[in-house]
Amino acid sequence: MKYVMFLVGDEMGDMSDPAVAQMYGAVGQWWGEHTQAGHIVGGHQLQPARTATTVHRDHGKTVVTDGPYMEAKEAIGGYGILEVPDLDAAIALAATWPPGTKVEIRPIIEM
Amino acid sequence: METSRSATDAAIAQVFREEAGRLTASLVRLLGDFDQAEDLVQDALLAALDHWPREGIPARPAAWLLTAARHKAVDRWRREARYWQKLALLESSPLADAGREVDDRLRLIFTCCHPALAREAQLALTLRAVVGLTTAEIARAFLTSEATIAQRIVRAKRKIVVAAIPYRVPADADLHARLDDVLTVLYLLFNEGYLATGGETGVRRDLAADAAWLAGLLVRLLPGEPEALGLLALMQLHQARAAARFDAAGNLVLLCDQDRGRWDQAAIKAAGRLVVAALQQRRPGPYQIQAAIAACHAEAPTWAATDWPQICLLYGQLVRLDPSPVVRLNCAIAWRYLAGPAAALAVIDTLAADLARYHLYHATRADLLRALDRPDEARAADVQALALTTNPAERALLAARVF
Repeated sequence: MKYVMFLVGDEMGDMSDPAVAQMYGAVGQWWGEHTQAGHIVGGHQLQPARTATTVHRDHGKTVVTDGPYMEAKEAIGGYGILEVPDLDAAIALAATWPPGTKVEIRPIIEM
Repeated sequence: METSRSATDAAIAQVFREEAGRLTASLVRLLGDFDQAEDLVQDALLAALDHWPREGIPARPAAWLLTAARHKAVDRWRREARYWQKLALLESSPLADAGREVDDRLRLIFTCCHPALAREAQLALTLRAVVGLTTAEIARAFLTSEATIAQRIVRAKRKIVVAAIPYRVPADADLHARLDDVLTVLYLLFNEGYLATGGETGVRRDLAADAAWLAGLLVRLLPGEPEALGLLALMQLHQARAAARFDAAGNLVLLCDQDRGRWDQAAIKAAGRLVVAALQQRRPGPYQIQAAIAACHAEAPTWAATDWPQICLLYGQLVRLDPSPVVRLNCAIAWRYLAGPAAALAVIDTLAADLARYHLYHATRADLLRALDRPDEARAADVQALALTTNPAERALLAARVF
């Protein structure tokens, strides 16, 4: 089964802060181990939501606005593509996401 | 005529409880499709409800239901490309004694109560797939429309398939956390039935009996889990006292005023033995302790003879395991009988912020204020409690104090 995990939590903070640097290290190691094991088959960290641009079409006209499409306190900070046997395996993996922030798991429609 | 009709209904419900879950579990295993298997069993149950009241319950109900499910499969799958393949699966199956050898119902229960499903969907799906209720019965039990329940079930089953919620007993590492989810669902079901007894009875299904049956099944399928045993004992202790909860006029009677002669002493003794058996496993948990507290109350010959020191000790243990505001409220209620109403009120007032919307918080405060001879404050608290209560029996009791 393929899932995408949305990693909630925008900016992780200043890298000069040792606690932040340490967390980046932990995330890197975690990501590396699960990639090696074949559970994570893709994904990226995203630039903060304030860098987002939203595009929509209004009566055939393209409208471009600054910011994410949804104003929310919690934004998506990154995503990973999972390849695991079932939802319990995806939950078990998400439960070990080092920052401990929210992770949304959604099944992917495979064409 | 009316009694024989309801006797037949009860007998059918009994057979459904025993057979529906087994059949669902077997068909899920066979077809590898939770959604379709569950639908086929529901179809078979509806067919049985059509035939059995007129023709009687067949000698081999499991085989009858399987045959009905096969017929329904033919109807449902006719237009599908893999029709013959799937039908062959069903036809070749030695399912006449579905699941007699391996009881798959534990997997079924864990899937229906999976934490990735909404709570209300867990309740409805467990009742339909494991207990063999029809969608209409579930709707009546929850005082909602059949369409609402049907939609909940369709959505939940779609999620099971699309999100690949596994059909299995969780691995050891997850078993206890997931068992907690199952126990929560069963206790919610029980309370849904138990508290509703004051409402319009008659047409409503006794969900408390269904929940107690499920807890018994869980204990049989998972021996050696003391919390499951504790929950079963707790339910049985509530049921043993159920007859005394209402007076002849249908009014709710509080524990201190109940006619203990109407309690089922044999059931209390049996449940007490379950509590002891659970506690002897030396893995205490909230359900075991609540059952022990209920047993203390049930075994007391009179309200005055209640063993309050023991009950307060047990509540102390319960608060350590589950320091939620409601548990602390109950602990303070017991504390009153050891330390007096002023001491209990002092504890309860620390819970004001957490329990401002909880009717029993205000009702308890009212009781204590009355005991402390502060009638105006007591009345104000009763008015607040009444405003927050929806259960008709509880409303009647509070209204009698206010008006």
